[in-house]
Amino acid sequence: MQGKRKGKQTVKIDIPISIISTASIVGPKEGQGPLGTYYDMVIEDEMWGEKSWEKAESKMLKETFAKIVNKSGKSMDEINYLLAGDLLNQCIASNFAFRDAGIPIFGLYGACSTMAESASIGTMLINGGFADNVVCITSSHFCSAEKQFRFPLELGSQRPPTAQWTVVGSGGIMLSNQGIGPYITYVTTGKIIDMGIKDSNNMGAAMAPAAADTIVTHFKDTGLSPSDYDLIITGDLGSFGKELCEELVSKQGYDIKNNYADCGMMVYDSEKQDTHSGGSGCGCSAVTLAGYLYQEMKKGRYNNVLFVGTGALLSTTSAQQGESIPGIAHGIAIQNKFE
Amino acid sequence: MQKLFTNKEYVDYVEKKAPKSKMARNVIRAFAVGGLICVVGQFINNVLTAQGFGKDMAGNLTVLIMVFIGAFLTGINVYDDIGKFAGAGSIVPITGFANSIVSPAMEFKSEGYITGVGARMFFIAGPVLVYGISASVVVGILHYLIKF
Repeated sequence: MQGKRKGKQTVKIDIPISIISTASIVGPKEGQGPLGTYYDMVIEDEMWGEKSWEKAESKMLKETFAKIVNKSGKSMDEINYLLAGDLLNQCIASNFAFRDAGIPIFGLYGACSTMAESASIGTMLINGGFADNVVCITSSHFCSAEKQFRFPLELGSQRPPTAQWTVVGSGGIMLSNQGIGPYITYVTTGKIIDMGIKDSNNMGAAMAPAAADTIVTHFKDTGLSPSDYDLIITGDLGSFGKELCEELVSKQGYDIKNNYADCGMMVYDSEKQDTHSGGSGCGCSAVTLAGYLYQEMKKGRYNNVLFVGTGALLSTTSAQQGESIPGIAHGIAIQNKFE
Repeated sequence: MQKLFTNKEYVDYVEKKAPKSKMARNVIRAFAVGGLICVVGQFINNVLTAQGFGKDMAGNLTVLIMVFIGAFLTGINVYDDIGKFAGAGSIVPITGFANSIVSPAMEFKSEGYITGVGARMFFIAGPVLVYGISASVVVGILHYLIKF
């Protein structure tokens, strides 16, 4: 174990574990966004022929999973574990989507960090020799999330500038110990950080300290520096959260200005699409990883990426009781070369 | 991280730095749209009065019609757009009250008519009703005791 653990929160993956296939399905608004061409499928309306938004979200997960498996060329029997989670209470989107999958599954809740969380655990499962192929998948749906966390869609209210827009989308990856990269090389697991932000319309500020902590810890644990990466990308801090994160990281002596991006800011055109601070939700980082990042890494535009999923761990009950919002961020290093 | 800031310092810093809503613009929009809704109400009221309805009856009918308009615009997915533009301007008038009841009713239809529509219909307007009615009872009792 000594060889694998680096510092307090990071493990170095010592066998080549590849992302062998990815898939993403998004809603119409995301399809019209700047990354629209990278997704496998854009659904025409948010209900997708189902009776409820929750069912539509489940269907997205199910179909995304089918696409991942299809593209990988593996059979269902070869998949050892499914790691899945979403934003809905008791993770019903994932649990209902995989009712008939017949594959051992771990249900995860990491709020919007679920993509990075599931990929972290999946990588470690394979590195530990407990699995050959693992599918990590997650989803979010604007309508079901609004319904659960905020107000009815048709209620005439205004959103403050720091508010974010939950992505309608499902994205996932298959990890395997046989493959030609990109490889997951480091896993930095975040700890919960709560700096006392209570405004659920300002989740970027609630999550930024956690993201900054994970990024800085990753550098400290591994001895790497920001310049070792072409891209450091956080999940869904939005424009304001990104600004805060950048500042918090630089206060600790690391300059990430030149190669830092945020999925929440890429998934929509916030001016044209009126999404205020940007995108959010589990789907936000998941579809960006499965679509844009994976394809651009395959093309060689990026070779070393630090992908940091960020989550705001609030519930409607905690918010009503006046609790602050704990944040979490999980980092994985994805590299085209395995050393 | 904790060493960099205390929670209070961070919250204050975020508050200071967060992009703010455009107050002047929002106030003007709220004033204009809220005023417009009231003008429509007044127009309906005048028409009804001209039709020979008494003052009380015309008032009640106006409320009825305005609530219907609010509910109808919610049902055809328009009221939320008005609300996004006007903010308090479309929340405060009685049309906003209709919107706050119809929108959850639509939203929770997938949970059925009893536990969904029926139970959730008042989850936004409920507090307004509870405290509005309670206040009117208190004022009524006071009025009875102190004949002013």
